[in-house]
Amino acid sequence: MRKLALTDEILLKVEKPARYLGNEINRVMKNANQVEIRFAMCFPDVYEIGMSHLGIQILYDLFNRREDTWCERVYSPWVDLDRILREKQIPLFALESQDPVREFDFLGITLQYEMCYTNVLQVLELSQIPLHARERTNEDPIVIGGGPCASNPEPLADFFDLFYIGEGETSYPALLEVYKANRAAGGSREDFLEQAARIPGIYVPSLYEVTYKEDGTIASFTPQKPFVPATVQKQLVEDLTSAVYPRKPLVPFIKVTQDRVVLEIQRGCIRGCRFCQAGMLYRPTRERDAHMLKECACDLLDSTGQEEISLSSLSSSDYSQLPELVDFLIDTAGNRGVNISLPSLRIDAFSLDVMRKVQDIRKSSLTFAPEAGTQRMRDVINKGLTEEDILSGAGQAFEGGWSKVKLYFMLGLPTETEEDIRGIPRLAEKIARRYYEIPKEQRNGKCQITISTSFFVPKPFTPFQWAAMNTQEEFLSKAHMVNQELKEQLNKKSMKYNWHEADVSVLEGVFARGDRRLGAVLEAAYHKGCLYDSWSEYFHPEWWQEAFAQEGISPAFYASRQRDTEEILPWDFLDMGVTKDFLLREWEKSQKELVTKNCSQQCQGCGAGRYGTGVCSSHRDLGKGGCPQ
Amino acid sequence: MKIRIKFCKYGEMKFIGHLDMMRYFQKALRRAGIPVCYSGGFSPHMIMSFAQPLGVGITSDGEYLDLEVESVLSSADCVRRLNEVMADGVEVRSFRQISEEKSQNAMSLVAAADYKVGFRPGSEPEEGWQQAFADFLAQPEILVLKKGKKSERELDIRPLIYKAFIQEDGIFLCLSAGSVANIKPELVMEAFFAFLSQPFDPLILLLHRMELYALQTNAAKGACQGEPALVSLEELGQEIE
Repeated sequence: MRKLALTDEILLKVEKPARYLGNEINRVMKNANQVEIRFAMCFPDVYEIGMSHLGIQILYDLFNRREDTWCERVYSPWVDLDRILREKQIPLFALESQDPVREFDFLGITLQYEMCYTNVLQVLELSQIPLHARERTNEDPIVIGGGPCASNPEPLADFFDLFYIGEGETSYPALLEVYKANRAAGGSREDFLEQAARIPGIYVPSLYEVTYKEDGTIASFTPQKPFVPATVQKQLVEDLTSAVYPRKPLVPFIKVTQDRVVLEIQRGCIRGCRFCQAGMLYRPTRERDAHMLKECACDLLDSTGQEEISLSSLSSSDYSQLPELVDFLIDTAGNRGVNISLPSLRIDAFSLDVMRKVQDIRKSSLTFAPEAGTQRMRDVINKGLTEEDILSGAGQAFEGGWSKVKLYFMLGLPTETEEDIRGIPRLAEKIARRYYEIPKEQRNGKCQITISTSFFVPKPFTPFQWAAMNTQEEFLSKAHMVNQELKEQLNKKSMKYNWHEADVSVLEGVFARGDRRLGAVLEAAYHKGCLYDSWSEYFHPEWWQEAFAQEGISPAFYASRQRDTEEILPWDFLDMGVTKDFLLREWEKSQKELVTKNCSQQCQGCGAGRYGTGVCSSHRDLGKGGCPQ
Repeated sequence: MKIRIKFCKYGEMKFIGHLDMMRYFQKALRRAGIPVCYSGGFSPHMIMSFAQPLGVGITSDGEYLDLEVESVLSSADCVRRLNEVMADGVEVRSFRQISEEKSQNAMSLVAAADYKVGFRPGSEPEEGWQQAFADFLAQPEILVLKKGKKSERELDIRPLIYKAFIQEDGIFLCLSAGSVANIKPELVMEAFFAFLSQPFDPLILLLHRMELYALQTNAAKGACQGEPALVSLEELGQEIE
């Protein structure tokens, strides 16, 4: 039997010891002496969050299919164990073998949101790996970053040996082969990194130098060696149907955030909302074939025994074989006592019919994400949903028995006016009135409309990457305005309003569009005790303020400054598929309140057409690679 | 058809709590393809119940859960199918048919439990504790404060300790269990340490549950003195051939 890294006394003292056991169903055990590469895959947040992430399960499966590699998992220890590991100098360990992470060849860390960055430092420090890449020796693991935040890796440049840009399924085999060959040849860590930099999609930050102008913007961003590419190209899976998909995902013992099996039906989104980073990063939109997904669904349910299956995609309603797949799932799931969850569905006759079959309509709610309160504002952000769509969808649903509605909006979008802000509760009022048009005896009591607003954070590789973000004060006064306006509505008693924290949104904005100089701030904040910043009970804005002051860095420079379109942006050296020209066109169109058609209606020449796959391959007639200029 | 499963839980699985064990078995039964009955509605759930929760950190050779199935093959076949999908540290010992009567479910039947209590190496009480344990048991009453959900009350646990003796590797305890008067082994040990006037930390104990029992119905009425007549929950079920 394995020897656990933690004693019984420690495990019985901490909350949820199952987080640290690594004995889940379908975990992969190998003999450490019989593999050539040991890979520790980390999600830098608590176990329940990390275990809910599909990407880790895909990579875990991908690596463990290789006979020469054993991939294990690492999550951030919760604050109780964090304290104990520090006190007792116990090195952080990987779950499967319970061996210290520092003994591994690689530590891969997925970067899903900016507010996990202090947890990245926690994982490194508890693993007893030097925080700075330049201080690491041949004895330390190669530390790799990946995931959506790697689309601007610069604030983390000091702490990572390399970043993997794009989808993990493609370049990892090449990277592992280079690693083995370098080791066999007696090469050093530096030798490996130099060779890795030549692999498509691999960015080695130490091989680039950044200089700054007096105004603080970037003067130059240059490779330091002739063979180092000036631009790093995003990696992308061309055919998702034939790509590996984990058929035996891990089954946790404790309840995790997404406690179900997940079918990723497609990657990418055709819609082109201008605020949405995922919609740009994962272009072109690619579907998985329904036949493969049906087979997958059965395998997943058989191998896990899970009681729920969920579809995953950015916009499920756009999946072309949805009716066929959903019918199959309803039949299969019904026979097995399995629940179906269908997120990101547009409310229309089809989805209401499906939802009626899989949910209790008295308990379930309808979700709309108009994102903005007026049609003008929705045109600016290119959100195709109209007021008519919302009112007719809600109307059909109300007549079908639903009475709960959730509405999601953003505050602080570019060009936003008071009218747009007040438009949010006014839209809710129209929905409420639509509900009360139904004769009293036919409706289900009062309707409940929940309005939630988040604060808009401009992200790299979106048309709004140049935009100024609102300050904390602006955000809060806008939230206040929504609340005031809500109280003016006739049906205010049917509405509830929630808003997101403003200070953490601003910090997210700083790191989303930050550069290398933020590494020092991050480190200072971490040393002051910042950790689990995405958990409001552990978020300490005052320590962050001290850290910025101490390092002489202004958060406003990164968050609230509108960028000139000529400026060299910290992430410009990455080629994420969409061209800067396209983003600029969209930025300009947004100022003119002009909408852009979605990918299935008409190719907009975003640049992703050169991958020649997915939705782009249906536009070949429009020009070479589907990119009319 | 009603079924009673007996299983043991050891090793790393001792850190998995009661509610998580229920979730674990629901998934395991699905993986094993046992045709369990579901409740109706939009969130169907398996019709199953555990005999008695087991605290985190405690291992066991005698855990039980009852469930309802549509139909089954043989007991042997179901045990094999379940053990093929178990996590390391859980093993199904038997799969038996039980009475359809509601009053015969494991949860309402549990009356007593056997435990083995050891001490972590280096954490044994001061020398001479074995003799003191005999003195402890010889008391006419053993009063403890029992914490309920809302209040604390004083309780004499001496009559609820059905059997207790020292064996090679620790202490054997047979304690009253179930919905009427449930006594945890930690509570007995806490009282013993109070008797020794020694500080008590439950973390020093190595606890192992050995068996769960029901009262033997025919014997129960007559035998009102001394130890109650007990029958293991497993013995109340029939092997399916």
